[in-house]
Amino acid sequence: MQRRTLLKTAVIVTALQATMALAENPVLKIGFVGVTSGPAAAWGISNQRSMEARAAWINETGGYTIGETTYDIEIVSFDDQKDPKRAIAGMEKMAQEGIHYVVGPNVDDGAAAVRPVAEANGIMYFPYAFPKSLYQAPASNAVLGMVANYQSGPAIYKYLMENEGVKTVAFIAANESDPLSQRDGGVAAAKELGLEVVSDNVTYQVDTTDFTPVLTPVMRSRPDLLVLSGVSPANAPQLIRSARELGFEGLISTETAQDAGVLAEGAGDLANGFISVGGASTPELASPMMNEFVDRYKKMFGEYNDESNTKVYALEYILETLKAEPSAIKDVDVFQASMDTFEAPNPYMNGDAKLRYVGMSSFGQRRQVAVPLVVNVYQDGVFETLFVAEVD
Amino acid sequence: MEQILANGVYLGSQYAMIALGLTLIFALMNVLNFAHGQMYVIGGFVTYTFYGQLGVPFVLALIISCLTLAVLGALIEKFLFAPVIKGSAREESTMLLAAGIAFLLDALILLIFGEKQRGVPKIVNGVFNYDFRLIMPYDRIVICVLAILSIIAFICLMQYSKTGRALRALAQDRTAAQLMGVNVDRYSMIGFALGAMLAGLVGGLLVTITGVNLGMGGPTSIKAFMMVMIGGAGVISGAIWGGIILGFMEAIGLAVLSQYGDITYLLIFVSLMIFLAIRPQGLMGKPWG
Repeated sequence: MQRRTLLKTAVIVTALQATMALAENPVLKIGFVGVTSGPAAAWGISNQRSMEARAAWINETGGYTIGETTYDIEIVSFDDQKDPKRAIAGMEKMAQEGIHYVVGPNVDDGAAAVRPVAEANGIMYFPYAFPKSLYQAPASNAVLGMVANYQSGPAIYKYLMENEGVKTVAFIAANESDPLSQRDGGVAAAKELGLEVVSDNVTYQVDTTDFTPVLTPVMRSRPDLLVLSGVSPANAPQLIRSARELGFEGLISTETAQDAGVLAEGAGDLANGFISVGGASTPELASPMMNEFVDRYKKMFGEYNDESNTKVYALEYILETLKAEPSAIKDVDVFQASMDTFEAPNPYMNGDAKLRYVGMSSFGQRRQVAVPLVVNVYQDGVFETLFVAEVD
Repeated sequence: MEQILANGVYLGSQYAMIALGLTLIFALMNVLNFAHGQMYVIGGFVTYTFYGQLGVPFVLALIISCLTLAVLGALIEKFLFAPVIKGSAREESTMLLAAGIAFLLDALILLIFGEKQRGVPKIVNGVFNYDFRLIMPYDRIVICVLAILSIIAFICLMQYSKTGRALRALAQDRTAAQLMGVNVDRYSMIGFALGAMLAGLVGGLLVTITGVNLGMGGPTSIKAFMMVMIGGAGVISGAIWGGIILGFMEAIGLAVLSQYGDITYLLIFVSLMIFLAIRPQGLMGKPWG
């Protein structure tokens, strides 16, 4: 009797599983290759979690319809540990899994390293890296996922010249490719605007934890503005704290995104007045969908990261472009061809903002997602919007 | 010059403390503890949790940090290193185990404490400023003094207590110590716990200055190894000298060579290679081990 009951149960369970399998949506895999460990982990983790939070939301509400098929979205992640060799391995893994759309890598050398793999395997990738060569022809498969420092830097310097009377500037950067290239771009932009660059050759090791000895010579140049080029969220509070403790009273800014909670803990009131590029949203700009995304992110992962206001966009751009051109799911040439004309409502912004590809001024082709350039100033534990601009 | 000297003393004292725990474990067990930096990071995160998040007084948070790391160290020694040392005559077995523990602790730190940089409120406000020639925040002065006092306390423990004598005997000759009645297993565990506790102590002290993040473990271990190599592996006084020398080299290099970019550590590594080629046992180490 028991045996017969067991058999019946097994048959029912198998039948149910088969029915469920039939009811399940096909899966569309989107990749992420970026840094989710080490000092810069906050950059990649905000990417990964934004994608996972959005994918979970889509799947919970029935999937994402592209053409006549509704897909469940699966995020396939790979931690490249900020190592170009691992980034290549990550992109190869994506190719082996048949993935054609990847978000990341987060840094310059990783993004440059994966280019041959991506182009050879028909993968469009959305790096958070700034070298123009990645986005200028003949390069074709990379799409900048944020606003570059050579776009935000001049806007910030100009604002500070006009509103704060800044005349002299000093730069400090970590001794690795991203911060150094951002420093060089910043120095060139500052000079072009007529600022006097009083110090630009002081660098620090990426694993530095005590910045007082590093900053001492920079402070002697007494600049009006200290630019922390390409500074990671882990290092920013310590640099600000050391500069202020050394008696620096001028302005401090960076062109990278930061985290208000990290600044509050690491530098406290000393971080007041610190200017940084924010996530691509403000309370005024955020649509109900953006607010719901933030709520869902917090429910899944606890603490929200302001950077995710920008990082939420890459997956949305990929899906919306595929929705506009369903055959691009397996053919990135179709995706590329559609980028010049693609336009869709921006669900994360109030008003009639559009998702569209930009970059003609900087790259000569549309290889950048259009997100608002939000420049923030930190004050008493929160970011306040200094100004909002657009990139063409 | 005053600023360079002050930076050198401050860096030297914290580096010496980091190196002490590493060299103690090496002296007792011949184990290169690659997870030392991760233990330092855990110490920082425990202090952050109790002092920064739960509002426990700093000294109490520091004690909790030390105890946590001591217990963790004792467990790691008893259940991981001791069986491997007994079961394998090959030294690389313990090295691989230590590297594995470092990766494991990194993963656990990410899971428990997250990926973000964390910081705690300053323990003392204000900055000592002598005519802009010598600038030193008061909290750094306090941490520097606490670090020096901790080093003195550790030396006294090793010199004058029964435990310290047993540990020194163990470090000098394991077999002879066992023949003299020293409980080798017990004191190995105590020594490892003490080394881990020192990592927790310095992590807890420095979280007030530098904050703490997941990625600090590996670089901290590398610096600790450099100090131990300079001073001589397994020699307490060597670790202290190694820390002080590295601290002063860093302070002087960053001040004098800043206009040439980040070449301070390049020169430190080159100097270290030349030094080790001439004196492979380090400053205070013995050529025979």
